[in-house]
Amino acid sequence: MRELFQLTVLAYGAATITYLVYFFSRNKRVRGGARGLLLGAGVLHTFYIIARYLAAGHTPIASNHEAVSFFAWSLAWGFLSFRWRYQVKNFGAFVSPLITLLMVIAALSSQHIVELPPALQSYWLPIHASIAILANGFMALAFCGGVMYLLQEREIKKKHFGLFYSRLPSLEALDHLNQHCLAIGFPLLTLGIVTGSIWAKQAWGAYWQWDPKETWSLITWFIYAAIIHQRLTVGWRRRRAAIMAIVGFSAVLFTLWGVNFLLGGVHSYAG
Amino acid sequence: MLAETILCLGVNHKTAPVAVREKLAFSGDCTTPLTELKALPGCEECCLLSTCNRVEVLLVAKEEATTAAETVRRFLFGASGITPEESQQYSYFHQGSAAITHVFRVAASLDSMVVGEPQILGQLKEAYRAATEQQATGAVLNKLLTKAFSVAKRIRTETNIGGSAVSISYAAVQLAKKIFGELKDKKVLLVGAGEMAELAAEHLAAQGIGKVVVANRTLERAVNLARTFHGTAVGLDELVPQLAEVDILISSTGATDLILRKEEVRPVMRQRHNRPLFLIDIAVPRDLDPELNDLDNVYLYDIDDLKQVVELNRAERQKEADKAERIVDEEAIKFLQWLEAMEVAPTITALRRRAEAIRDAEVAKTLGHLPGLGEKERKGIELMANAMINKLLHDPMMFLKAAVPAEEKRAHLALVRKVFGLDAEGGDSAS
Repeated sequence: MRELFQLTVLAYGAATITYLVYFFSRNKRVRGGARGLLLGAGVLHTFYIIARYLAAGHTPIASNHEAVSFFAWSLAWGFLSFRWRYQVKNFGAFVSPLITLLMVIAALSSQHIVELPPALQSYWLPIHASIAILANGFMALAFCGGVMYLLQEREIKKKHFGLFYSRLPSLEALDHLNQHCLAIGFPLLTLGIVTGSIWAKQAWGAYWQWDPKETWSLITWFIYAAIIHQRLTVGWRRRRAAIMAIVGFSAVLFTLWGVNFLLGGVHSYAG
Repeated sequence: MLAETILCLGVNHKTAPVAVREKLAFSGDCTTPLTELKALPGCEECCLLSTCNRVEVLLVAKEEATTAAETVRRFLFGASGITPEESQQYSYFHQGSAAITHVFRVAASLDSMVVGEPQILGQLKEAYRAATEQQATGAVLNKLLTKAFSVAKRIRTETNIGGSAVSISYAAVQLAKKIFGELKDKKVLLVGAGEMAELAAEHLAAQGIGKVVVANRTLERAVNLARTFHGTAVGLDELVPQLAEVDILISSTGATDLILRKEEVRPVMRQRHNRPLFLIDIAVPRDLDPELNDLDNVYLYDIDDLKQVVELNRAERQKEADKAERIVDEEAIKFLQWLEAMEVAPTITALRRRAEAIRDAEVAKTLGHLPGLGEKERKGIELMANAMINKLLHDPMMFLKAAVPAEEKRAHLALVRKVFGLDAEGGDSAS
């Protein structure tokens, strides 16, 4: 299983390098290779998660290693799912390094299979955790789109055409991407919080107990709700939407890690 | 050497002024000049390309290459009234590998006035189609031209040669596309009805811009220009209210003062719900407040900015062109190798080697399955296999060695190489 994981990390790494080569060289043959590699890595990763599920006997989203690995998985498949919906030029050069980074973080954390405390042994675990992390995946895609938007906008505004102007898609396409990711990510995020709350009622008898993770996911939810509300009412789009996607994603990351390391609480992974 | 019989002779925008080129150009139907060319003594295969920037003949000569070139030159300049000395000076002549490289460069648009412009490939394909219809081409030119098309395609996919705009109005269109993506549902406002504005609007219209609005000091001129683009005309005093509606503004008035200031546009942006606004100021002195660029989602470009874009694109294109030249050189070498193989002797060797390889492999396999055989039986099997390939190869060999005219011989060689798959290991999958 360890080998399978390492192989997956390597495959993501290879896909990232190929995407970057395509980004710089613009040789279209390379792009095909990059897509193939990423798809292959995504498939390997799926096998790894299944293998881990079989070995642990519960959904493998319980330790930091598992959560981050699942995060990378949802990012990879979220990105791949876009492939047949619509194309965003050179999106892969931004998404794949993030996937690889997450996988490296997963590789560095303890890969031991944790024993779940009785409170967590529930069918709500797979539902709540996977929905919440899938939401993170789409927020991460929106983040990548936001970074691309700001880079492209900067070159157009400053009239300084460097690396990005010809390589990145139009501002319009990047703004659409942002909107599209949030349109999928936000409902998932909402559902993640709702299912978590139901599970909390079942496990601890209260829907909400202001555990730091709960508080921070609520803050994150409010940030995204504000983005969407502002976009629909006063036209917070484009540059401001891109900045907010980056701010929102920092909140996502803080909810995922910052809370565990700095604040503790019931969500701190066992072990 | 077969390669040395490939010739290319003609004039282009680099060697001859337009006054000369237009005298040589064959407009419209190329059937007559092609049949005349084909009938010239010393011409084995030919193809004629005539565009506004070049007139050139691609030719496979029978024997004396230089005489053939002279004949073709006389044919090209025949009706132009240009003296032979001058015609020498205006035309270029390539032979052998230089001619091959030249054809590849032309197809890939490396020899064009605007490097990377895509029309030339279509024109060359058209010229080739016309030549095949007249049966003017044979084994060598067929291979050379199809190869040229695949080289051009390879260069399109592997480099970014056609990717950047090299004129001011086109640069403006490209920027608009980077900001708005699709231009279908976008509106452009022309302020002032100058020539440059008209040109840019034409480019935008060609890219399918949704609507054109013209504002001008004299409404009559505005109405006239609006009509050419099926748009509407407004007075200059409606400029600010119009900004709430349009996405692109091209300003080119003769006004000595600014006609649009930051303070006027700021409230409009709120009204626009922050939809971006692309302002193009091609007037000198400038019409639009340079500080407009500081507003969020407003992109202001003046004439110098656009010139800078064009300069950058030129440099970028040059870099891509260098990559393309490497591909051309590489493919020219491959083509020369193919030509060498088109001689009789190497083909016969290749054919024998192929057959012997099959014989050795099959004999080894068979003997491997029959371990109990004695020396005599083994010898018998080997002899039988050998006799079979010799008998099988006899007729193709005779076919290749037969004394036939050169063109037919090349067709025979190409056929045999194809039937026996002798070119397969060359990695040449393009044709």
